[in-house]
Amino acid sequence: MGLKEKVFKKSLWLFHLSAGSCNNCDIEILDCLTPRFDVERFGMKLVGSVRHADVILVTGIVTKKTKKRVLEIYKQAPKPVLVVAFGSCSCTGGIFAEGYNFEGPLDKVIPVDAYIPGCPPKPEAILAGIVKLLNK
Amino acid sequence: MSQSKQAFIPIGPYHPLLEEPEYFKLYCDGEIVREVVWETGYNHRGIEKICESKTFEQVFYVVERICGICSTSHPFAYANAVESIPGIEVPVRAKFIRSIVGELERIHSHLLWVGLAGHFLGYNTVFMWAWKYREPILDMFEIITGNRNSYAMFTIGGVRRDINEAQCQQLEKILDQLKPKMDMLIGAVMDDPVIHARLKGVGILTAQDIKDYGAVGPTARASGVRIDVRRDDPYAAYDMIDWKVITAEAGDVFAKAEVRLLEILESIKIIRQCLQRLRKENGGDIRIKVKEIPPGVGIGHAEAPRGEVFHYVKSDGANRPVRHKVRAPSYTNIPTFRKSCVGQTISDAAIALAAVDPCYCCTERMAQVFDYSNGKPLFGGKELIRLSQKKTLDIQGKR
Repeated sequence: MGLKEKVFKKSLWLFHLSAGSCNNCDIEILDCLTPRFDVERFGMKLVGSVRHADVILVTGIVTKKTKKRVLEIYKQAPKPVLVVAFGSCSCTGGIFAEGYNFEGPLDKVIPVDAYIPGCPPKPEAILAGIVKLLNK
Repeated sequence: MSQSKQAFIPIGPYHPLLEEPEYFKLYCDGEIVREVVWETGYNHRGIEKICESKTFEQVFYVVERICGICSTSHPFAYANAVESIPGIEVPVRAKFIRSIVGELERIHSHLLWVGLAGHFLGYNTVFMWAWKYREPILDMFEIITGNRNSYAMFTIGGVRRDINEAQCQQLEKILDQLKPKMDMLIGAVMDDPVIHARLKGVGILTAQDIKDYGAVGPTARASGVRIDVRRDDPYAAYDMIDWKVITAEAGDVFAKAEVRLLEILESIKIIRQCLQRLRKENGGDIRIKVKEIPPGVGIGHAEAPRGEVFHYVKSDGANRPVRHKVRAPSYTNIPTFRKSCVGQTISDAAIALAAVDPCYCCTERMAQVFDYSNGKPLFGGKELIRLSQKKTLDIQGKR
């Protein structure tokens, strides 16, 4: 059993980082916690500090001003950590890719383990994405 | 300001109360907040510039993504702005459909606020209930537009999708089921003694403050300032149906909650009337073809859940705007923090900041309290929420 399997065998704690998003993805992440989808029954939980997290969910494009903070937060995370690019913006830049404040999609800034595309991804897609990530 | 004695609390740039990653600095004297300073620009994506490189039709999909919660209000204001250049009159059916989508957005946005306000008070039950009842609204969006959040419903001269008879019936059925649940939720929140104790008299803004800062929307209406774009400058179908502007007098956080909760009921009333009219006038155009936008300047505004959103579009006769300017309601509402937060305790600051509804997005806060004398952190962001939640528990304990 590799280190990764050992670490991620039990409940995953998620840390949500909005780099430069429009709120849609952020709300859908919160939506997963509420009674209809309720990811907490799988042991997934949003945590307040990246130092407690197993997974970082990043939404939105990385802007010039947030790039430094994204790097800083990635540095603070305990390794191994899984990074999920959440939504079209962080996967590719989406509609904002031609903007002057765009610093590249997330994988140009920090290593990414999974991509969940969609604008915004539905809560079902979030669950499916995380499950695929765990079976990787 | 003698900084040696004052503690400095940075809230942000990643903070759960804020629409965008923004950075607030609270300067505190013991428990009391003395000064609020803010810094924005983390979420600057250059949207106005991107809009200038898109055609008039394409801009709708960009402005929709300014804010995920107001993803109808921005296209609404933009449509009003562009249509005012040639002076297009939208078909009646499109007006009703636009109003339905706009009001559904208001309900989902206000429920979102109520839920998160509950969370910051340590009332996760309110959070769960409010967000549970938000789901049927998102289902209604899915029925009408095919998507839960970004609707892509608007276009120049009308809307892109019709609402047919079968969909009308489905929507009315959902509304029928929703109404008693809303009454229950509103009653539960408004009668709760702990919510009264936590929200009444907190973050008071007087009518004069509202005028000084130019605040808009529910923030202004909760202080007795009767402004509402839907009534003052009617657009879409708002002058064809019966509804009223909700106001409250107190100006505190409780009044803001009251205005928002009662607006949910008012929105349900508007949607019902629009659906009735749609069913009565079955058939008819949902859009008119607009060949070109002549040179000129267009101004449009719309009442977003948070207040007036304003769009300015300049056309030189080509197929894309040469200048596009957006002013969102939070832009004028956020400076009121200087009035509502100063003089409050730190544990009330979270809810006072949340009161103007600056679009919540993230669930974590990277706030820390530093001791100025040695620069060491005293509290973390979680600590602040814990303080706020503890205060509620204390109040419950005393009863």
